Amino acid sequence: MPQVKLTVNGKSHIVDVEARTLLVEALRETLGLTGTHIGCDTSQCGACVVRLGDMSVKSCSILAVQAQGAPITTIEGLAAADGSLHPMQAMFREHHALQCGYCTPGMVMSAIDLVERHPEGLSEAEIRHGLEGNLCRCTGYHNIVKAIAAAWPLMHEKALPAAAE
Amino acid sequence: MKVDGIGASIKRKEDLRFLSGNGKYVDDLTRPGQVYAHFYRSDVAHGVLKRVDAKAALAMPGVLAVFTGEDIAAAKIGGVPCGWQVHSKDGSPMVEPLHPVLAIGKVRYVGDAIAMIVAETRAQAKDAAEALVVEIDALPVAADLTAALAPGAPLVHDEAAGNVCFDWHIGDKAAVDAAFAKAHKVAKLELVNNRLVPNAMEPRAAIAEYDTSSGDYTLHTTTQNPHVIRLLMGAFVLGIPEHKLRIVAPDVGGGFGSKIFHYAEEAALTWASPKIKRPIKWTSDRSEAFVTDAHGRDHISVAELAMDAEGRFLGLRVNTKANMGAYLSTFAPSVPTYLSATLLAGVYTTPAIYAEVKAVFTNTVPVDAYRGAGRPESTYLLERLVDIAAGVMGMDKIAIRKKNFIPNSAFPYQTPVALQYDSGDYNATFDACLKASDYAGFETRRRAAAARGKLRGIGISTYVEACGIAPSAVAGALGARAGLYEVANIRVHPTGSVTVFTGTHSHGQGHETTFAQLVAEQLGVPVEQVDVVHGDTAKIPFGMGTYGSRSLAVGGSAMVKAMDKIILKGRKIAAHLMETDIDDVEFKDGKFTVAGTDKSKTFGEVALTAYVPHNYPIEELEPGLDETAFYDPKNFTYPGGCHIAEVEIDPDTGTVSMVGFTAVDDIGRVINPMIVEGQVQGGIAQGIGQALLEHAIYDETGQLLSGSMMDYTMPRADDIPNILVGTESTLCTHNPLGAKGVGEVGAIGSPPAVINAVVDALRDYHVTHLDMPATPAKIWAIIEANRPKMAAD
Repeated sequence: MPQVKLTVNGKSHIVDVEARTLLVEALRETLGLTGTHIGCDTSQCGACVVRLGDMSVKSCSILAVQAQGAPITTIEGLAAADGSLHPMQAMFREHHALQCGYCTPGMVMSAIDLVERHPEGLSEAEIRHGLEGNLCRCTGYHNIVKAIAAAWPLMHEKALPAAAE
Repeated sequence: MKVDGIGASIKRKEDLRFLSGNGKYVDDLTRPGQVYAHFYRSDVAHGVLKRVDAKAALAMPGVLAVFTGEDIAAAKIGGVPCGWQVHSKDGSPMVEPLHPVLAIGKVRYVGDAIAMIVAETRAQAKDAAEALVVEIDALPVAADLTAALAPGAPLVHDEAAGNVCFDWHIGDKAAVDAAFAKAHKVAKLELVNNRLVPNAMEPRAAIAEYDTSSGDYTLHTTTQNPHVIRLLMGAFVLGIPEHKLRIVAPDVGGGFGSKIFHYAEEAALTWASPKIKRPIKWTSDRSEAFVTDAHGRDHISVAELAMDAEGRFLGLRVNTKANMGAYLSTFAPSVPTYLSATLLAGVYTTPAIYAEVKAVFTNTVPVDAYRGAGRPESTYLLERLVDIAAGVMGMDKIAIRKKNFIPNSAFPYQTPVALQYDSGDYNATFDACLKASDYAGFETRRRAAAARGKLRGIGISTYVEACGIAPSAVAGALGARAGLYEVANIRVHPTGSVTVFTGTHSHGQGHETTFAQLVAEQLGVPVEQVDVVHGDTAKIPFGMGTYGSRSLAVGGSAMVKAMDKIILKGRKIAAHLMETDIDDVEFKDGKFTVAGTDKSKTFGEVALTAYVPHNYPIEELEPGLDETAFYDPKNFTYPGGCHIAEVEIDPDTGTVSMVGFTAVDDIGRVINPMIVEGQVQGGIAQGIGQALLEHAIYDETGQLLSGSMMDYTMPRADDIPNILVGTESTLCTHNPLGAKGVGEVGAIGSPPAVINAVVDALRDYHVTHLDMPATPAKIWAIIEANRPKMAAD
């Protein structure tokens, strides 16, 4: 069995995995980080989105061995050491952007990536388009869109440009 | 108003764990020594199971056992039961074929489980499935309603002649015939209610384990109703008494009805657990979910509405064919009948209604309740028919509705199809929705869209539904095989904090917050002092679970009843402490006060006294402050309202854009407006999905063509508009909260609003109806077919 070094949320783990093990399986089953979810088997739902290096990836679509050495951030690694929430987590709560919570980890990880990639601002249409890769069956997306717009100024520490509203 | 009580949009208690990745869903759990099951499933829709040879599979690495239908037959366990019995017109009971836990003799749909392989790892179990030898002699297939009802159609079950499960009716046929005989005009419509896949984001999963010392079974499973699973599986399938069977439903990632039902996998895992002597886990793949989770809807109906010269509705005649799939799922027979046809009066005074429903077996996944369960079907039929009636009469769509609304003075209103509506104000929700959606300004918006080359349409749906399921005696008379009350246990701890044990289950609805608010309000304690426990038969006295928008109306009412007992006992304790008569003690805002004095005891002081009974009326009163109540509702509850959709169609591509959606609903008492808005928005997104995107399509061989999330169009963020939600509530008159329920209204009210808007947008294209989903291909074909005619005009 190949040995792989997975660096997740700042902690390194040397683990043995079958070569065919998906990153999401290694996170959930080998490392016990069950916050990252599996909602489909065709890379459609986005419940398994994590940060890998400077990319946002669906962890069902790469192998654990491909993540060798790269820093990985999962939903468990977002809050500060003192437990205070990441602005995106806080705005999801503030705007009731989650119901059953199953899509939430992937949705939050994708939303953070979306906001980070758009320092120039984000319109509602851009937010909706940016969520193409994440499915939610509960909320109708309305409050997720609101939460992301509300998190943008907190993450960029400036007001969301009016033109982008 | 208490800042965290009834009516406050406080943030949810459950959010912190879900946002931190600390939710505990079934697949997140790992039991010591856990092994994995994989189900080998039929890839043909109908066939004789000739041979299942497990020899090679058993020799694969890590494989512990392979179980087949032969093992199930030898074990003489029961079939998967159906919880509702419907009778045909002639009084005969529905045909109820055995639904074996693993296929015996025949396979009847793609996805039917043939074998369960248990191995040390998930991958090993799947690898071993590749080595299983299965021979099936394919039989002709009845893949849909039309094929199953055709003369000489292949029989799904030999005992169901013509594939008919039952042929049921309701209403007064003669009165309806008389209404049509004197009708000024008749509106007629044939329509399909498209088959849907519920697709809760969490796939189903279960872990069964057996304690060899105690003989106790524990099943962790993704269910909306753990006690119902215990009853169905324990009593009807496996013969395990309640005290030896614990069902745990931890965090569950959405249900929408699909997790009500008792599924064969739960029984197979539990049955095998003493044989394997280790916990056995199974987690559905999404592809597996598409062919095993009960589907929703799938009705074909013909409806006729008779009207007088003024456009008053005189009579309604409906004939529906309902697909049951290959086997009867838990609630399946009730969906097209008592949950649908009984709502054909809608919000209108139609005096005579007659409906027939033929339930039909097909070689497809079982069909059962999906968000709204029967009410979306009747609402869609009625609200499409009313729009067509307006056209037939040359009347305005608002005017024809207003002319026929049940007036406020008529409540309680007895419909001609069994139900008695207790309250409502259909003009209030209608007028508020017309205003909020700026209906009056639509023509301006339509012209502006036309100038941009777009076809803009607006659609109305006014609806009522029946939920708060259900008065047990009524449900029993209609065929339910269980009571439908709810149970609450309110445990006040010595220092005054409270744990609420509820038989309902939260899988996204936010009960941990809403119920805490309700209890905090009634007992006058801070909401942080109240925790809600659900989803474990070992902790909760009893319960019937969450479906049919029942959790607050029925479960919340049980909490009120239990709190009434707490408060009564508290008053007795307080009267003793303050040396007065109980009749002089009032309870308000968390204080027991001697009326007309400033003498009082706090809720906490009384709670402590109950557990430290040094100065206590011990002769008359037991110590402790812990009460349980069962609440059986007196009637269904009747949420209603108005939904208005606005769409724009691109005539070049047929693409529909949802440009506006407004809902004003009457849902009775609201505990947390933020959560209510979220429930309505989510339901509407599913309704828009049904109207524009979603369709479970089988080919003629019974293969599910839209069998993955790449093929089945789930609504995504850019398919859904901003959804404006309002409430105009009247209170339910027969439960202590005045609550009606909100979980399903969005999915019930919205599909006809969307299709009415699409048809309105196509007003120049000679179309009065198109079946859901209104895909670009269908719309483009309509536009294209009319282009020459338009030019000739």
